[in-house]
Amino acid sequence: MKQVKFKLQGVQSFLDGVVKNEKEIEMSGVSYEIDSLPFDVPVRHTVYGTLLNDRAAYDQFLPHMKEKPYKEPPKHPILYMKPKNTWISTGTPIPLPEGEKELQMGASLGIVIGKTATKVTEQDALDYVLGYTIANDVTIPHDNFHRPAIKEKCRDGFLPIGPWIVSKESLSNPNQLTIQVTVNGKVKGEYTTNHFIRSVEKLIADVTDFMTLYKGDVLLLGFPANPPLAKSHDLVTVTIEGVGTLENRMIPENEIVKGGGNVS
Amino acid sequence: MKRGRVSVHGTIFDATEKDGMIQLHDGRLRQEEEVVWLPPVVPETVFALGLNYADHAKELSFQTPTQPLIFLKGRNTFIGHRACTVRPSDVTYMHYECELAVVLGRSGKHIKKEEAYDYVRGYTIANDYAFRDYLENYYRPNFRVKNRDGATPIGPWMVDKEAIQDPMNLELRTYVNGELKQVGSTKDMIFSIPELIEYLSSFMTLHENDVILTGTPKGSVDTKVGDEVVTEIEGIGRLMNTIITEA
Repeated sequence: MKQVKFKLQGVQSFLDGVVKNEKEIEMSGVSYEIDSLPFDVPVRHTVYGTLLNDRAAYDQFLPHMKEKPYKEPPKHPILYMKPKNTWISTGTPIPLPEGEKELQMGASLGIVIGKTATKVTEQDALDYVLGYTIANDVTIPHDNFHRPAIKEKCRDGFLPIGPWIVSKESLSNPNQLTIQVTVNGKVKGEYTTNHFIRSVEKLIADVTDFMTLYKGDVLLLGFPANPPLAKSHDLVTVTIEGVGTLENRMIPENEIVKGGGNVS
Repeated sequence: MKRGRVSVHGTIFDATEKDGMIQLHDGRLRQEEEVVWLPPVVPETVFALGLNYADHAKELSFQTPTQPLIFLKGRNTFIGHRACTVRPSDVTYMHYECELAVVLGRSGKHIKKEEAYDYVRGYTIANDYAFRDYLENYYRPNFRVKNRDGATPIGPWMVDKEAIQDPMNLELRTYVNGELKQVGSTKDMIFSIPELIEYLSSFMTLHENDVILTGTPKGSVDTKVGDEVVTEIEGIGRLMNTIITEA
C-alpha cells in the first residue's frame, strides 16, 4: 500500500490514489487496473540531474580528475538540467535520434520537492520532500564532462518520468532502495541507492545552498557507472523498490508521430 | 511595442510603455519607481551562451568555440528591473554580463536560419552575473556560478521584434555607478541569433517563451556590494540592478 499522486492524460489536475499491489490502484474508493490508466508526466517545473554521484561512477572517473581540463575533483554536486521538452510519460516512446545507435538508460530516483527550499540543512532536508518518482535520464553516451552536455541530454523525449509520485511516508528509507533496469525483459542493471556520495538529504542541502528548489521541482539522485544501453525498438523498464515501474520503448525519431503511440 | 509585467497594489499586471510611463493593463499609468518589476516574460527553457563574443573569449584566455557553448538556467535565478542581487561574502570576483535576450514566440524544430526570425517574439536585456570563484571544470560553467538565486536580472521590457530593425547591430553598454565599463555590439557575436536558433532546434524542439541569452562582449569587471549596475541595449532599454550583501 502506498499513497501516490499522479496525472492522467486529458485531466488537468493531479489526482491522489492508493496503489494496493502491482496491478491495482484505488481512487476515490474505486479500484482500477494500473495498466489501464493513461499516466501523464507527474512533473510541472524544473528537473535537475546529478552527475557522478554514484560512488563507483565517481571512482571510475577519478583518474581523469587530476588531468586537463578538470584539474581537480569536483567540490560541489555536478548538476545539469533536463528541460521540459525532454519529459515523457511512462508508455511514450523514447525517440532515438537519427545517426545514434545506442543510448544510455540513466535510471535514477527522482526526489520531488514539496515546498520552497532555500539553504536547507541536511537534518531538515526530508521536510522539504513531497515524495519520489522514477526517472530514466536518457543520454547519448559521452565521456567528456567539461562542457554542459546539452546535445547529449536535452533532446526531445530524453526523460521518461513517472508513473507517479509516491509519498515520502510510503518509503522507509530513500537511501536504501533497489533500482533495476531491464531491456526486453532481461535485467541489465541493478544497484541500490546506498552507494551514493551524497545521500538524498545531503544533495538537497548542497543544492539549496545556492539554488532554491520549488514545490514540484525534481532532483535526480544520479545513476551508476556504465549505465545499460538500449537500441532501436528495445523495451526498457526501470523499477524502483517501493516506488513503481516506468516503461518505455525506444523508437527511431522519424517513426514517431509526436505525442502519439503507447508501448506494447 | 514594449511589454512588461509589474506588481502594484498587490496585483500582477501586464504593462506597456506609454510616453515614458507604465500603462497597466487596466489603463492606469504609473511611474517607473511606483511598481515592482517582474521579468517581462515567464520564461520556459532558458538557454545561455558562453564565449559568444570573440573579444570576451580572448579576455578570458579561451579559444573561440567551434560550436555554441550552451548552458541552461532555472527559474530561481530570474529577477526583474530595479531588483537586487546578492554578492556572497566569500566571493572575490563577481562580474556582470550585458546580454541581448531573445524571446521565442512559437514552437519549432529543425528551423532553418533563413526562417529563424519567424520564431522570435521579441527582445529584452539580461544581466547574466557570474561568480568566478565558484567555477569548476565539470559541465562548466557550472550552476553554482550561473544559476544562483536572483542572479539573472532580466527586463525591464520585452520589445516586439517588429520594433527592432536589426538585432544583429545593437550597441550594448554597462555602467557601474554611472561609469561606462563595457561597450560592445551584437554584430560581434560569433554565432548569430538565426544560427543559434538553427543549432538548438536541430536537436530539440524550441517553445514559446523559451529565451536565449546570447552572450556578452568584453569588459567585465568585479563589482562590489552597493554598486548600481545598469546594462543597456540600444533600442531595448536599460536594466538596473543593485548588489547587496547576504544579510
